[in-house]
Amino acid sequence: MLNSLTISELAAKLAKRETSAREVTQACLDQIQRVDGSIHAFLSYDAPDALAQADAADQAIAAGATRAERPLLGVPIALKDVLAVKNQPLGCASKILAKFTSPYDATVVEKLKAAGAIVFGRLNMDEFAMGSSTENSAYVTTRNPWDTSRIPGGSSGGSAAAVAADECLATLGSDTGGSIRQPAALCGCVGLKPTYGRVSRYGLVAFASSLDQIGPFTKDIRDASTILSVISGRDERDSTSVPEPVPDYTAALTGNIKGLKIGLPKEYFIGGLDKEVTDAVNAAVKQLEKLGAEIVEISLPHTDYAVAVYYIIATAEASANLARFDGIRYGLRVDGADPIELYSKTRGAGFGPEVKRRIILGTYVLSSGYYDAYYLRAQKVRTLIRQDFLKAFEKVDLVVTPTTPTPAFKAGEKSDDPMQMYLSDIFTISCNLAGIPGVSLPCGFSTNPKLPIGLQLLGKPFGEETLLRAAHAYEQSTAWHKERPNL
Amino acid sequence: MSDFNVKYVAHLARLSLTAEEEQKFGAQLGQVLGYIEKLKEVDVSQVEPTAHAVPLVNVTRPDVVRPSLPNEDALRNAPLKSNGLFVVPKIVE
Repeated sequence: MLNSLTISELAAKLAKRETSAREVTQACLDQIQRVDGSIHAFLSYDAPDALAQADAADQAIAAGATRAERPLLGVPIALKDVLAVKNQPLGCASKILAKFTSPYDATVVEKLKAAGAIVFGRLNMDEFAMGSSTENSAYVTTRNPWDTSRIPGGSSGGSAAAVAADECLATLGSDTGGSIRQPAALCGCVGLKPTYGRVSRYGLVAFASSLDQIGPFTKDIRDASTILSVISGRDERDSTSVPEPVPDYTAALTGNIKGLKIGLPKEYFIGGLDKEVTDAVNAAVKQLEKLGAEIVEISLPHTDYAVAVYYIIATAEASANLARFDGIRYGLRVDGADPIELYSKTRGAGFGPEVKRRIILGTYVLSSGYYDAYYLRAQKVRTLIRQDFLKAFEKVDLVVTPTTPTPAFKAGEKSDDPMQMYLSDIFTISCNLAGIPGVSLPCGFSTNPKLPIGLQLLGKPFGEETLLRAAHAYEQSTAWHKERPNL
Repeated sequence: MSDFNVKYVAHLARLSLTAEEEQKFGAQLGQVLGYIEKLKEVDVSQVEPTAHAVPLVNVTRPDVVRPSLPNEDALRNAPLKSNGLFVVPKIVE
């Protein structure tokens, strides 16, 4: 089936004229028709627009366009509902943006289109990317393709489920505390969070600006590398994007990791870690060793403080970023007797419970009298967490950990307990605080029920080539990434 | 945490809450604030804060006029507009 191909497999078929962009796009639309009634990965999609883009791609192929010039030519890619696509809805799965349409393209969307991708669909997520299960979507909870009684992870749950269910070839999501890696692990696909500053955030609705980063969900590491090469780079519209050269990341996938030093942080293998997750990750570490890597035990001593630091910094930044939703220039408006009442009523009616909780927490930790005790202290502990990694990277090239403490949990299991939900991100949060790149890839399954388990690799700042090389070498020596759910 | 007043903070954030939300969020956020207390264990007396992890400072561009979002595009999601402007409630009598 064309919709289950990887990007590189599709590119080979397109080059040999064995199929067309229209056929693969139609195959994705057919799969959405067939399975999305039970998965709910998509909030909406514009089929005629997708097919029109496919026809344009086929014309470009007929006119002699090559993959070297346009590496994503004819590849259907769907987007999390947090990225701007000109003239398409942009809702962040929130009622406050129910009727919003984007007046411009995000930089990553411009780059995908320029590379020939067929950019379509709005993928479900936790409202404003706040959550770990998609249960905070104002519309629907996405279901895990491996077991529809379970959640796909979050906040980019729709992006992960759509790839795992072969509803498209790849997707983009955003990762503030694990929102790409955690759902990728729980759905059994690849999810990559680049170094902070690697990818422009222009056209990404801001949650926590010092932590947010856009990245791909794919069926294998090669595809993630292809997309990263396309979307990376300095952009004058995002002053935090960094002018580091953008290599062809697929050229780094040599399969050779002999002599690579990989750190195993003891703080990540403690109580609460599921037995099957422990076993799968230990087996993956052995496999990396067999491939020639040297495994070194390391310590990241401030790991235990990461969740607390995150929920101060992320909510503080969110409370400022979400101040723009005031009912004046766009989005929902609920009238009031004066502007203050209009703002309060609009925000009270437009935001869901988790967004409200985080705005309140973020406002509190920034408020007069509490700033030093909470926000400033959190920023200082953030320094210590970042230093832990930088010190570790003096001894090792990469760090390996489980992506999540358990496989996918059941819908409803944690939705009334914010603190338990926050702790499900315990292994992914430090990476954002430190600003380093991280990838999750499949490393096994639980037995009953059969649910995917994710391996997380963390790299040095702008060390994506080494990160992807190791992930690819591991992936190609196992068959986990070829497993598909029965749908 | 005893001085954490949901109603007051929600007012600062311009967020109207129902009585039920006030009670529920107060309890849930009390728990989160209790968890956050663990940061007090860390000695940060000699540590500088990290605002972000980008290796950049003072990113500027030449101060020249460039095209921006056209008026009609900027207004197209407005809840209320007139004569190329956003309409807001009366502020000054």
